[in-house]
Amino acid sequence: MGFLTYLINGLSLGSVYAIIALGYTMVYGIAKMLNFAHGDVIMIGAYVVFMCMSNSGMPAVVSIVISIVCCTALGMIIEKIAYKPLRKATNLAVLITAIGVSYFLQNMALMIFGSNPVSFTSVIKWQGIALAGGALKITGNAIITIITCVVIMIVLMWFVKNTKPGQAMRAVSEDKDAAILMGINVNATISLTFAIGSGLAAIAGALLCSSYPSLTPYTGSMPGIKAFTAAVFGGIGSIPGALIGGLLLGIIEILAKAYISSQLADAIVFAVLIIVLLVKPTGILGKQIKEKV
Amino acid sequence: MSLYKNLNKSTQKLLGTIGVILVLYIVMSIMEGTGNLSSLMKGLLVPVCAYSLVAVGLNLCVGYLGELSLGHAGFMCVGAFTSAFFSRATQEIIPDVPRFILALLIGTVMAALFGFLIAIPVLRLKGDYLAIVTLAFGEIIKNVINVMYVGVDSKGMHFSIKDQMSLGMDLDGKMLINGPQGITGTPRQSTFTIAVLLLILALVVVNNFVNSRTGRAVKAIRDNQIAAETVGLPVTKYKLVAFTLSAAIAGVGGVLYAHNINSLTATTNNFGYNMSIMILVYVVLGGIGNFSGSVIAAVVLTMLPEMLRGLSTYRMLIYSIVLIVLMLFNWAPAILKWREDHGLTTAAIVSKFKKKEVR
Repeated sequence: MGFLTYLINGLSLGSVYAIIALGYTMVYGIAKMLNFAHGDVIMIGAYVVFMCMSNSGMPAVVSIVISIVCCTALGMIIEKIAYKPLRKATNLAVLITAIGVSYFLQNMALMIFGSNPVSFTSVIKWQGIALAGGALKITGNAIITIITCVVIMIVLMWFVKNTKPGQAMRAVSEDKDAAILMGINVNATISLTFAIGSGLAAIAGALLCSSYPSLTPYTGSMPGIKAFTAAVFGGIGSIPGALIGGLLLGIIEILAKAYISSQLADAIVFAVLIIVLLVKPTGILGKQIKEKV
Repeated sequence: MSLYKNLNKSTQKLLGTIGVILVLYIVMSIMEGTGNLSSLMKGLLVPVCAYSLVAVGLNLCVGYLGELSLGHAGFMCVGAFTSAFFSRATQEIIPDVPRFILALLIGTVMAALFGFLIAIPVLRLKGDYLAIVTLAFGEIIKNVINVMYVGVDSKGMHFSIKDQMSLGMDLDGKMLINGPQGITGTPRQSTFTIAVLLLILALVVVNNFVNSRTGRAVKAIRDNQIAAETVGLPVTKYKLVAFTLSAAIAGVGGVLYAHNINSLTATTNNFGYNMSIMILVYVVLGGIGNFSGSVIAAVVLTMLPEMLRGLSTYRMLIYSIVLIVLMLFNWAPAILKWREDHGLTTAAIVSKFKKKEVR
């Protein structure tokens, strides 16, 4: 039973990683940039939920909606101010700017909320269910997190496949210049991608802090890196890849914590990543792009 | 003067940089001697050199090998811990000076060895995948050091990855590495003078390297790997050489860093991902492929938050805004065009200063 409990916890953590990884992977697929500030958008999202719920006493659903709106706006503003002017510059310049934005968000939060951790009240009130005569308890947090992740994945896959903006996204990620010739508004599409990614970050923030309730201005950075790892793990640019990468990473992390060593868990996660990338250099679902001479 | 003019351009530039470093060194030393340097600044002198060294190493990797590494703090960490471990273990056996030299060699060689071992598999990957693997490597190093417990007593060396108790040492035993508490009591031997000398040495080495036959081959591989392969360059060999050298220089930075502080720990901020990113910021802001630029950026950006200390909580906020604005100012195509139209390109600004100097 212990193993099943760990597996479910791993799935739950992995679902959060997967939702965050979606933000990385979509932005990478379309704008070809690593958005290092993504982890900090999660943190801002979690703080907004916290402010709404604990300080203003709003219900959880309303708080999350407000947080999604805030983060979406934040993501679009960041894109407009910091990334858009650098669209034709080298990748490295955009990367450093993203790091600058990440520092900015962290220090902004540090100024407003202080460095002391606040204790986040879970957005999920449901206690969960007990199976096998109480031997296997599944928390409400875990169930809702996993369900949310699955729903988001299905909706997003449908969106990218069947709607006009979604098709525009695929076209831009395939070939930006050709997409312009087909009359696709590339700027609007990139903006939309950032908006979706940041909105998802708000959800991820609320779910993450419901399971791990200590919230500080640095809360977002480690899950951000892990989710980025997950995105690469699954093959960066691929939406199902983000799901698989996220879930695997979460399960490996929890199992390593439980059975090997809690301090070495991160090292084990990263070691598995290295091995996978050495065997399959573009990630699990990544496409092999042959360079033309 | 004619001798100076006969030298080739890169050597002239190198001499210029060394000159500036020496002038700064003399100014700082005088200020320190007369007591005009705040204790904060004094504490930063050696770390600045250490960061500069790592930045120079990373610049070799990013600028000349053309591969983004997010794990150079890991190599710095290897250099720091192996050298500090050696110094601590042989503190009573070997006299100060040869011990430091040996520690320096050990730290550098170990960092180079790790760089070599990691480069063999990693250099098969490209771009962002290589970046993420180096990042993962840095995190692994940091994590593993945090669970290492090594102690020594009359019975010899003890090793554990659980805790201090499980070492089963005698009471008079000495802890060398104490898990998350790291290594304490490393002799503080890296002075500002040694740091500056090592930095100059590193600059000379990389400058000669990039202009050597090997260095030119590395640049050829960076510019077009397929073309380089076609003309028969052993790509893997050259990549390995450059990456190993880059890691070794980062290791030297680590040795300096370790021998400047009393208790050496591996946290996210000094050896983790944050540090790798900081160093990358120095490299990109200083100019990719420009070693002097890396040093300048490292000095300015390390000093900047300290100078802004009066602004307390605002300082890191200002730092981040400065970083974003500088990146936009230097790289955004629209702004670059505007600068060109108004005669504000870097070359134009530099030439203005040069004319003043002549007068």
